[in-house]
Amino acid sequence: MSDVAARELRIVGFLCNWCSYGGADTAGVSRFKQPTDLRIIRVPCSGRVDPLFIVKALLNGADGVLVSGCHPRDCHYTDGNFYARRRLEMLKRLLPFLGIDERRFHYTWISASEGGKWQQTVTDFTKRVHELGPLHAKKEATP
Amino acid sequence: MISQRLREAIAGVFSEVDVALAYQQGFDKLHATPCFMTMPEEINKLIWNPLCVHNLTSYLPSLKKKKVAVVVKGCDSRTIVQFMQEGLINRENVVIIGIPCNGVISVNKVLHETNHEPIEDITFGENGEITVKTLKGEKTLLLSDVCPDKCKTCQYPTPIVYDRLVGDPITSDKSPDSVYADIKEFENKTLEERLQYWEQEFDRCIRCYACRNACPMCICQDSCIAETRDPHWISQRATLSEKFMFHMIHALHLAGRCVECGECERACPMGIPVNKLKRKINLDMKELFGYEPGIDPEDKPPLYTFKVDEVTIKEHKI
Repeated sequence: MSDVAARELRIVGFLCNWCSYGGADTAGVSRFKQPTDLRIIRVPCSGRVDPLFIVKALLNGADGVLVSGCHPRDCHYTDGNFYARRRLEMLKRLLPFLGIDERRFHYTWISASEGGKWQQTVTDFTKRVHELGPLHAKKEATP
Repeated sequence: MISQRLREAIAGVFSEVDVALAYQQGFDKLHATPCFMTMPEEINKLIWNPLCVHNLTSYLPSLKKKKVAVVVKGCDSRTIVQFMQEGLINRENVVIIGIPCNGVISVNKVLHETNHEPIEDITFGENGEITVKTLKGEKTLLLSDVCPDKCKTCQYPTPIVYDRLVGDPITSDKSPDSVYADIKEFENKTLEERLQYWEQEFDRCIRCYACRNACPMCICQDSCIAETRDPHWISQRATLSEKFMFHMIHALHLAGRCVECGECERACPMGIPVNKLKRKINLDMKELFGYEPGIDPEDKPPLYTFKVDEVTIKEHKI
């Protein structure tokens, strides 16, 4: 059940296989309560996340996008998240230029042992997206 | 006369190259068009005037294995530097003939000034005045009024790299702060206004892909993901979200690589400010990594590299 009492929104999460996906699993195994608005897509590395994935998600119905990878210096592939950091920061700055609130997009680093941090991140991010409301409200109202 | 000196410069290197790229008279007086010269006698059809707007360096990656002489303006030379950074050309195979440039003409702006009357003749004065003759009479325009926006803030009127320079070097008298003034102004609008602006602009897009085809840095060409079916990034549907997505593909694939030559906007039949998104990203790249595309051949595009400790990127809190 969702922690936030409102209509469920669509949040897409791109999680790296080695750290953040494990972190989310740890949170699940530890039975931490989490909002259910997030749909997780597992990627081999945060460096696999093309900024276009995020744009495509936001343009096609997602209300928020979360990207999470290994902590810098901890990448399974040595340097994937270093590249990701630059790309995602570039996108984070571009989104408001397009008229999309940058708070709808968040990127962070969570390791496989940080189940608690994962729970906190998801809860806070979902809460923030709920405060912003649906991104495509207008379009959905007039189909 | 620059045209004459240009012909001499090309004739001088002609024996060393397979093909020379320059400009010739187009289908009417208002249009110049690129010309590919392989025979010495063709040099005579070469012209040089402010109508020579095209970025001829766009052809270089496809001619990578040939020896090519190419005529470049200041803005075009940045493309060559960017190609060198990305290893898309062999520098030793290119003979660059640079021309310091005082600004070119936007054909669309001239046509707008003359109410789209057919142009009979066009002449260029010493101090940037342009006399346009149509059936309805003569009109004198100023180069500063009909130049593309990029010329108004041009920082590099003299080519950055060249083998031979035709004419005397010019230094820019435009303030460096003016380059991104319009971007900063746009950022003062509210989010809703910005979204509305882009939706309005992109809605006019007819997906002709002229911006992509004209872009010298769009090097995927036939395998552009805007058209591939596998992966199927965007469909052929003429909806706003598909058009929006196409422009995002174009902008993000050029992130930190766009040399702001303005070819995309020139090619756009719908007058969409296609270059604006890329210039916004360039501004960010400058702020974040102190990088400007097309300036230093030894540099590396910022998204092709990284630093272990990014001092300029702060971690975001929710």
